[in-house]
Amino acid sequence: MAYSPIVMDHFKNPRNVGEILDADGLGEVGNPVCGDMMSVYIKVENNIIQDVKFKTFGCGAAIAVSSMITELAKGKTLEEAMQIKNSDVAKALGGLPPNKLHCSNLGADALHSAIKNYLDRKAGKIVPQEEGEEHHPEKGGACYCPYCEKQVVEESPFCIFCGKEMPHDHDH
Amino acid sequence: MGFIYLDHQSGTPLHPKVQEAMIQHIQTIFGNPSSDHQVGQPAAVVLEKARAQTAALINANPPEIVFTSGGTEANNQAIKGVAIGLREKGRHIITSNIEHKSVLNSLRTLRLLDYRVTSLDVDQYGLVDPGAVEKAITPETILISIMLANNEIGTIEPIAKIAEIAKKHKIVMHTDAVAATGNIPVDVQELGVNLLSLAANQFYGPSGVGALYIRKGTPVWPLLDGGTQENKRRAGTENLIGIVGLGQAAELAKEAIPARQARLRALKERLEQGIKARIPEIHINGHPTLNLPHLLSVSVEYIEGESLMLMLDDEGIVVATRSACASGSLRASHVLIGTGMDFATAQGTLVFTLGEENTDAEIDRVLEVMPGIVQTLRDMSPLYKKSGH
Repeated sequence: MAYSPIVMDHFKNPRNVGEILDADGLGEVGNPVCGDMMSVYIKVENNIIQDVKFKTFGCGAAIAVSSMITELAKGKTLEEAMQIKNSDVAKALGGLPPNKLHCSNLGADALHSAIKNYLDRKAGKIVPQEEGEEHHPEKGGACYCPYCEKQVVEESPFCIFCGKEMPHDHDH
Repeated sequence: MGFIYLDHQSGTPLHPKVQEAMIQHIQTIFGNPSSDHQVGQPAAVVLEKARAQTAALINANPPEIVFTSGGTEANNQAIKGVAIGLREKGRHIITSNIEHKSVLNSLRTLRLLDYRVTSLDVDQYGLVDPGAVEKAITPETILISIMLANNEIGTIEPIAKIAEIAKKHKIVMHTDAVAATGNIPVDVQELGVNLLSLAANQFYGPSGVGALYIRKGTPVWPLLDGGTQENKRRAGTENLIGIVGLGQAAELAKEAIPARQARLRALKERLEQGIKARIPEIHINGHPTLNLPHLLSVSVEYIEGESLMLMLDDEGIVVATRSACASGSLRASHVLIGTGMDFATAQGTLVFTLGEENTDAEIDRVLEVMPGIVQTLRDMSPLYKKSGH
């Protein structure tokens, strides 16, 4: 597992946990089927993220990522915040174990989704509450090699048709 | 020790007498049991003593025990060995949806080689229906592999009944008894199985060693090819240090099981009742009565198991989780999903496996610490709020 000390610190003492009742933007991504789910609330003034809070259902990495993304976003302009990439979050946390990198996607996605929600509201668009984003659509429940697209057995170490190593995917 | 160890299924601590036997062995014997000279022969004696000790634990004859590198190898050997051994007879195998991965993935490999596998559903408690096993049998069926007790939810399967059906249809019956052996009495004659897997690290022996019971006459082709060790069924010079540990642990377990079972069940009851009383919205998994005495599986709504496990770890309480995020494959537990549990709830699952050294005071400490941690994580969870809290 081996989480970095920064990850453990943010997991054990998460910053900015909670909700903002009169939030200007709300972003929700993930779903419990995939193992994690995150809600980000932002308060915007003069194009700057004045306050940001989160709620997360997820593993240690997901909670640490949520905490870190709120720290990175606070005080930034919306443009700057939109530039925060998933890799920035992982880097700020001192790295994540390879099979936990998808958790860092959740953080940036949730923040960006909250900003878009704010911009849409400002533009007067009525935004329906989005369903949690499906990270891993299934093709009829079977697994397919991403290189040669032949159907492979679950959890194959490599594709027996083309020989390519199978990436360590989240959930097929 | 500085921590409360409640994950015995991942590996039990070595019993001091097992340690002693292994150290004495290292210090006195280095020979190869296959060598017919004065250095090799004492090693052969030690090997056969361990075989007799292991056989006695499950009421087998010593020649029916083949030592392996653990439960995973025993399961691989049993399943692939029968598949190869009976390939001219048929290519259909019956199993259940909640087997250990060493069984499921052995069958994955056999599917690639054109064997057909019927994987049976279980009920909400994780029980396999013997009637469904019988219905799944075809003239092509060569093997039935169903576990004796499930390692995630503790449910004990009706193996004797299923083995009777297998016998009636002249089909080889294997049971993965890794989670059960050493924790409850296991008797291959009563069970009536042809093959049974066990591992030493479930009963205070070392990791990396186990055994496969092969009833005389069962057509099992070797998994490892080479020399004639283990009566031509498992080639390679034996892991004698580990095997000595397994033998000693088996002898101790045979004596200890009756008292250990009762004591661990009482401890588990204390933990289960305590959690039920202190934490709302939880599920106790597995069968209410047909279950392992030392295993408690609890699913906690609205939170994810790995964060719960890490926070308990920080408080010195060591448990296992079955959440997708904590597993290497990032999949929700196939066992919990197999019992019909929804994905979100399955994510919040902890598995406590108790052991000999655990005390009432340790259980009370868990009960003191766990409710607060659960509440902290629930307060952080968007699901908790959405469900109207």
